[in-house]
Amino acid sequence: MNLMNLPAVFARQPWIVLIPLFALVGLGGAVLYSAAGGSLHPYAQSHVLRFGLFLVMAFVISMFSRNFFRIMAYPTYALIMMLLVLVELVGAVGIGVGSGSQRWLDLGFMTLQPSELMKPGIVLVLAKFYETLPAPLTRSWRGLVPACILIGIPALFVLIQPDLGTALAICFGGVVIMFLAGLPISWFIGATVPLIAIVPAAFFFVLHDYQRKRVLTLFDPEADPQGDGYHIIQSKIAIGSGGVLGKGFGNGSQSHLQYLPEAHTDFVFATMAEEWGMVGGLFVIAVFAIILGWGLRVAAKAPDRFSSLLAAGMSTTIFFYVAINLMMVMGMAPVVGIPLPWMSHGGTSMLTNMICLGVLLAVNRWNRGPSSLS
Amino acid sequence: MKFRFRRAKPKPHISNGILRNSFDRRTIVLGSVQGGVACLLAARLGYLAIFENEKYQLEAESNRVNLSLIAPRRGWILDRHGTPLASNRADFRVDVIPERMHDKAETVTMLGDLLDLTPVARQDLQDKLEDARGFAPVQVASGLDLDRFSAVSVRLPELPGVVTQRGYSRYYPDGVNVGHLIGYVGAASAEEYEKDRDPLLLTPGYKVGKDGLEKVFEKELRGKPGARRTEVTARGRIIRDLETRDDIPGDTVKLTIDAGLQSYAARRIGTESGSVVVMDCRNGDILTMASMPSFDPNSFSDGIGRLEWKMLSDDDHVPLRNKALRGLYPPGSTVKPMVSLAFREAGLDPNETVYCGGGLRVGNRVFHCWNRRGHGQVDMAKGIYQSCDVYFYAMVQRMGMDVIAAMARKLGLGQEFDLPVVGQSYGTVPDPAWKLRKYEREWQTFDSVNATIGQGYFLVNPLQQAVMASRIASGLNLQPRLIHTGKPQHAESLGIPQDHLDYVHKAMSDVVNGPGTAHRAALPMKDVLLAGKTGTAQVVSLSVSNGKTGPFKYRDHGHFICFAPWDKPRYACAVAIEHGGGSGAAYPIARDVMTYLWDKEAAMERLTEYESQWGGTAQERADSRYASYVQQYGVSAPKVSTEQEAEAVRDAENTQNQPQPIMSEAQSPRPEPVASSSANASPDTTDAASGSATSTGQSTQ
Repeated sequence: MNLMNLPAVFARQPWIVLIPLFALVGLGGAVLYSAAGGSLHPYAQSHVLRFGLFLVMAFVISMFSRNFFRIMAYPTYALIMMLLVLVELVGAVGIGVGSGSQRWLDLGFMTLQPSELMKPGIVLVLAKFYETLPAPLTRSWRGLVPACILIGIPALFVLIQPDLGTALAICFGGVVIMFLAGLPISWFIGATVPLIAIVPAAFFFVLHDYQRKRVLTLFDPEADPQGDGYHIIQSKIAIGSGGVLGKGFGNGSQSHLQYLPEAHTDFVFATMAEEWGMVGGLFVIAVFAIILGWGLRVAAKAPDRFSSLLAAGMSTTIFFYVAINLMMVMGMAPVVGIPLPWMSHGGTSMLTNMICLGVLLAVNRWNRGPSSLS
Repeated sequence: MKFRFRRAKPKPHISNGILRNSFDRRTIVLGSVQGGVACLLAARLGYLAIFENEKYQLEAESNRVNLSLIAPRRGWILDRHGTPLASNRADFRVDVIPERMHDKAETVTMLGDLLDLTPVARQDLQDKLEDARGFAPVQVASGLDLDRFSAVSVRLPELPGVVTQRGYSRYYPDGVNVGHLIGYVGAASAEEYEKDRDPLLLTPGYKVGKDGLEKVFEKELRGKPGARRTEVTARGRIIRDLETRDDIPGDTVKLTIDAGLQSYAARRIGTESGSVVVMDCRNGDILTMASMPSFDPNSFSDGIGRLEWKMLSDDDHVPLRNKALRGLYPPGSTVKPMVSLAFREAGLDPNETVYCGGGLRVGNRVFHCWNRRGHGQVDMAKGIYQSCDVYFYAMVQRMGMDVIAAMARKLGLGQEFDLPVVGQSYGTVPDPAWKLRKYEREWQTFDSVNATIGQGYFLVNPLQQAVMASRIASGLNLQPRLIHTGKPQHAESLGIPQDHLDYVHKAMSDVVNGPGTAHRAALPMKDVLLAGKTGTAQVVSLSVSNGKTGPFKYRDHGHFICFAPWDKPRYACAVAIEHGGGSGAAYPIARDVMTYLWDKEAAMERLTEYESQWGGTAQERADSRYASYVQQYGVSAPKVSTEQEAEAVRDAENTQNQPQPIMSEAQSPRPEPVASSSANASPDTTDAASGSATSTGQSTQ
């Protein structure tokens, strides 16, 4: 890292992606400004500031060499696992706030959710694993079992927190890496068969009552409009009533009159769509399409197995957030606590997504040819 | 698995190149899937925003805008001079809608703290919530000051289901004095809502008439609700008013009642249990229809609490019965002027005398006069003013019962009147045909004897007695009226010759102003002379109680009917005091009520003096009694179910169908209190029959 290189560093950045991203964060800030009743506090200002801060962090991440990533893969995974265990212990001893659902560590200046860090973490460790795995062993049990263990342990820890959404995100990220690493298609198809059997069983025996209700609500939100169906109904009302052009900035009655729950976090898309309409919604989808498309192109261009898996995995992690969140707010997925990247207010998700972005930027940098740093 | 694969086809050699190819292909698949999801999301967004836009716009609007009914101001009830008997007071109120509450116990506790409710009030609120149907609002408090109202208003977000509003609540300036007459209002019950599906009934703060005139004139008094469109948050906080349509207040109902006189009469009844009815002899207007003790309609309209209920049901004075209409009593000697008119009509010469030696022998039985020493020679006038029973015993043997029954009905006894009231008990006017129908027994001599002195099967209500007095006074077939029209009543003549009436009027005047039984009933004004008739009706036979002292329920009823001025009748009045110990409890009240009509100051002066002995006005006594109940019982009074309440009310009101035991003998008449020289004696003192009766009684014939 040479400070004299800074202008060159900026010149090399993929502005075609970053500028839409800035616009998205700007829109997010505007929505949060409106959601706070026309005030920078408490959401909009911290949102944009955090983005700025984490953007610097992302640039810093992008400066590291491929080898550094390779070396750090297992230690990072181990560290995050330790944090996960720590969260469990704190929760079990009862030091944390409330009881049962303990997900974060209070670091004083911010609360840290280790499970969030595991989302990019699982991608990193699996990319490293498949790079070091000799190619002929990819389609043997040695390509499958260790990966499953690497995914399974953190997923189980997150599941017992309990945080189904994040556990699914970790599994999804891991499985996509396994898919891209070249494991036989027949295995994936073979896995879906028992899964079809397991899912109903899990639905009745593993899921908590409230989680079961959320799933059922998805199919019939009107069954309990004041209770479990409330989130989905109000979110659909917000989006639907916005129409094509929206109600105008600051005019969203659903969010301003508090009908829309979590208007500044998980349901921020509905808040936005109410005021900016379908046009705003399509813009958001388009920006994500640009970012995620770029992410996959970066992965495709990457010359080595580690970089390509890493980039594709990071891109997928972001995709998982976006897809589940948008499906949820539009009534196509159960209500799980997954925020919308770069728009929802919240530090941890911003951190995760910026880590993903930083890694994508790094891979992008490596793709541009041999650098002094690699 | 791996084993089988190897058999099926030899394991291909996997190189890095193959993996790279597979990665590239699979990345394209992944990209396509992501693109597909993006398209799906965009399509879903378009569907929601374009095709379902209208639906969701409506729903957002119905979220945002709250349409609430503004309860109409209830029409006022005015007295004949325009003084309000029931009005509305602007107030701050708090209601809860049970259905929308999350944690009832917690909300009640919080409201209790914020509003500073007493333990009794909290318990009552809890009871009301238990009985409430989910959607119907339950009143927590009304008449709040701004501080307490605001304390609740600002915490509404923490209190789901609580509604605060500025509105109007019913106010009865005369309180307990008009309870039975006006009735009260209350939140609509489930049955009332079933009958009248008006959403207004579910509006917090809206109340329907539950009793009395409030119930009868519900339609007229109701009015039309207004509406308010407000922007509200999900938690019900009002952001701003969008549009308001004013309510249309209900119609005013103007009564013939004179508010001042009504209150005076109610207060004057004092600690007794009884009723006063005053009528205008020219047009039948009911100026007063008081029944005491009563309930306080102001507090009843807030809902009837356990303690209040206990207080009312513990009272042997039956405060739940409107005694003016539902109280049935043997009229005692107050029927004698009526019986006299009947005899005259049947041709009896009023100057014909009967010797009263204290009793009359018929066959082998002796029927006693109330005055065992006898009245000597008695003609019709003396029969009235000395209330000689023997005269009537003797004459009814000749004239027969049927003429008396006919006259009784003509004068209003046993009749139901066309009045806007919730119910009347019309009683019994016995005659031989009636007895045969009812008991399948022949009419006996002792039945006649009982009937002529207003005992036996005879049962009347105080309103009928007032009507009788007004008809005797005017000679007109007056119909009692409660609604003020300002128009004269063109009542037909009863067809009783004027000289018959004049004769009876004179005799009734003598009761008070002459050698009669009620000297102390004379009005303090020299120029207005009262004509009246006392009556004492026994409740149990002499062997059980002397009727004057002893247990309350065994004491005699006291009656007095009167009109004034005696020669040009203007007002008629009937007073009935339940278990008052005799007519001595009744006529001082009649005297003071009639005095009020001519000389308010003199009447008030006397009342103030009495009330200082009784411990305050009726309202003050009721309030202090309630306070002592709070002290004594607190929250320990038992809960009363709505069924029990309804049953108690039925019991209190169902006087018409109470069994009348069959009579097997003559009831011995009770001594009439006789004129005493001390005019300022306590009204409760009843002079027993004494030597003065015979000494003042002039045997004119």
